[in-house]
Amino acid sequence: MEKYISLAHGDGGELSHRLIKDVFIEAFGDGNEALFDAAAITMSTNRIAVTTDSFVIKPIFFPGGSIGKLSVAGTVNDLAVSGAKPAYLTCSFVIEEGFLISDLKKIVTDMASEAKKTSVTIVAGDTKVVERGSADGVYINTTGIGIYENNNDCSFEFEEGDAIIVSGTIGDHGIAVLAARGELGISTPINSDCASLNKMLSEVLKSAEGVRIMRDPTRGGLATTLVEIAEDFQLTMKINERDLPVKKEVHGVCDLLGFDPLYLANEGKAIIVVTNRDKDKVIDILHEFPEGSDAVVIGSIIGKGKGQLLLETALGSKRLLTRLSGTMFPRIC
Amino acid sequence: MLEMLKQSNNPEICKPLVQAVIEKSKEFQKKFGRKPAFMEVCGSHTMSLARTGVKQCLKDDVNLISGPGCPVCVTDQRTIDAMIALAEGENRIICTFGDMMRVPGSNKTLLDSKIGGRDIRVLYSPVDAVKIAEENPDKEVIFLGVGFETTIPILTLMIGEAEKRGIHNFSIWMTTKLVEPVLRYLLDTGEVKLDGFLLPGHVSIVLGEDSYQYLVAEYSISGVITGFETAELLSGIYKLIDMALAGRVAIENNHPAVVSKTGNQVIHQWLNQFLTQCDEAWRGIGVIQKSGLDLKPEYDQFNAKKRFTVEVGEPRKTKCRCGEVIRGLISPNECPLFGKACHPMNPIGPCMVSAEGSCAAYYQYMRESF
Repeated sequence: MEKYISLAHGDGGELSHRLIKDVFIEAFGDGNEALFDAAAITMSTNRIAVTTDSFVIKPIFFPGGSIGKLSVAGTVNDLAVSGAKPAYLTCSFVIEEGFLISDLKKIVTDMASEAKKTSVTIVAGDTKVVERGSADGVYINTTGIGIYENNNDCSFEFEEGDAIIVSGTIGDHGIAVLAARGELGISTPINSDCASLNKMLSEVLKSAEGVRIMRDPTRGGLATTLVEIAEDFQLTMKINERDLPVKKEVHGVCDLLGFDPLYLANEGKAIIVVTNRDKDKVIDILHEFPEGSDAVVIGSIIGKGKGQLLLETALGSKRLLTRLSGTMFPRIC
Repeated sequence: MLEMLKQSNNPEICKPLVQAVIEKSKEFQKKFGRKPAFMEVCGSHTMSLARTGVKQCLKDDVNLISGPGCPVCVTDQRTIDAMIALAEGENRIICTFGDMMRVPGSNKTLLDSKIGGRDIRVLYSPVDAVKIAEENPDKEVIFLGVGFETTIPILTLMIGEAEKRGIHNFSIWMTTKLVEPVLRYLLDTGEVKLDGFLLPGHVSIVLGEDSYQYLVAEYSISGVITGFETAELLSGIYKLIDMALAGRVAIENNHPAVVSKTGNQVIHQWLNQFLTQCDEAWRGIGVIQKSGLDLKPEYDQFNAKKRFTVEVGEPRKTKCRCGEVIRGLISPNECPLFGKACHPMNPIGPCMVSAEGSCAAYYQYMRESF
């Protein structure tokens, strides 16, 4: 097989055919590949969740993951926090001419392995090749279809005293990717937290009744996602600085470079708002999974009617947290 | 070290310290009939004080005034316009600290220029600029050299590296600032009444404790060199109140693990080898004589100001009161634009966009306190 992707790999001819057969079907195929322009799938329910996401991360391989793993886990997590069981994925590649086919194979293998782990099937795909310089390596779009199996959705009804839980340490992905770009002039042992959370979150929904909402705090970090929840549902939420789980290495890099872990991206974390009664149960369930082993309660809902997020500092003073506003960050997802 | 710093933010240590500062301040207020007023010189101090909640906890008892220590904020408008104009030239790669990207020029920002197709790169490790020059021999690579004594040594390191590697397409647009001349300016004008300075930990690593003796000898004002963690900041403030109460004027070193008596001598040698004092224009102040450092003439080949000409018109006039904020005359929320026309997504002045800017600190961390 050729070493590099060329424009001919995207022209629909012989090379395209070989690329699909030798790279994509080789990794994703289960013997039932679509022979037509669309895949026909069957569902056990008529209530489904659909989400789509594009991945442009640089570098494409980073400690703890790759654009391939991320493109599956990211979309799977969007479905999982919506309470749906991820079932099918489609993927679409935009590849820069000259991209190493060996790297493409690694990416596709990562996708296949993550899909297998999460029990989703990749049912359709597309590949386009653009001239050198028109894209940066490879971009991937994945679209996910999830099924609402049971009537155990989030309630989206909140009360004062509801607990805010985060499923583990924050900022790991942001720092791992920044360091992997080699621009910080530092090395760090931090791995990205990139992981699919569907099995863990499905267990939470199945076993605890009082889940109000689940979200994954990706771009913009924990603070930005919580601000969105607070504003969307007109809640006053308060989180405690001293309860935030942050690895000391992440703290160290943040101090050095002026970043705030609250605004760093995560790719394997969930925020769960749950009744005060069920909070311990949810924490116990999360602790049973490696992705949730550092889960903690970080705050609570303290009022309704005014959409705002407050942070109580270690000194006991409170300040407003707002969305990330215009900070310069490289591409991280 | 990390564990030590973590302890320094431990609420069990910090909360009693807040109480101790407040009690000390009550004594001061009883004696002098007013709150003690201190200036935190450094922008990173302002950020730390606001982010950790120290400013909020002490707002009724200690007047903490932000000083002229944010390098981006004190850069005057004409210089900012010149740097943006520089980026518009053909065949150039402009390298800069991230803070500069969104600083408003009279007509546009560096970010606007980048979106418009100019090659402008944000570096976390400035020495990478030399590598970029080496990898792009057909382009002129220019680093925007904004900074105080903490940043200046890195600039000399870059020149040394470029010289060693025989790189001729690399230069720095020098617009550096020194702490001493601006503190002297503030004290000479007497515009702002202070009981002491919280002196910057980073800068002091370079300068050394003894370099501040002029504050005591010529101005009879105290200073405490302080780190950036909560307990360090609080104990620095405590010491300043304590000295004022005792009528004692001195420089104290509250950061002795890293700040020595005479500073970093290796860095002093670098500064002497490459740089010479020059006049610099400060936002809201104007030109202060010998308040910056420029490259010595023998390094003209690395001096972007000698190699490139840029033309800029009269700077745009706005109602932004950054100049007064920098001089400690008003606090950010007293500017009519603060939080209204001027906010982080639409900064009118540099103080709202820099990671060390007073207005950014107040907007981000203290809006609800007003």
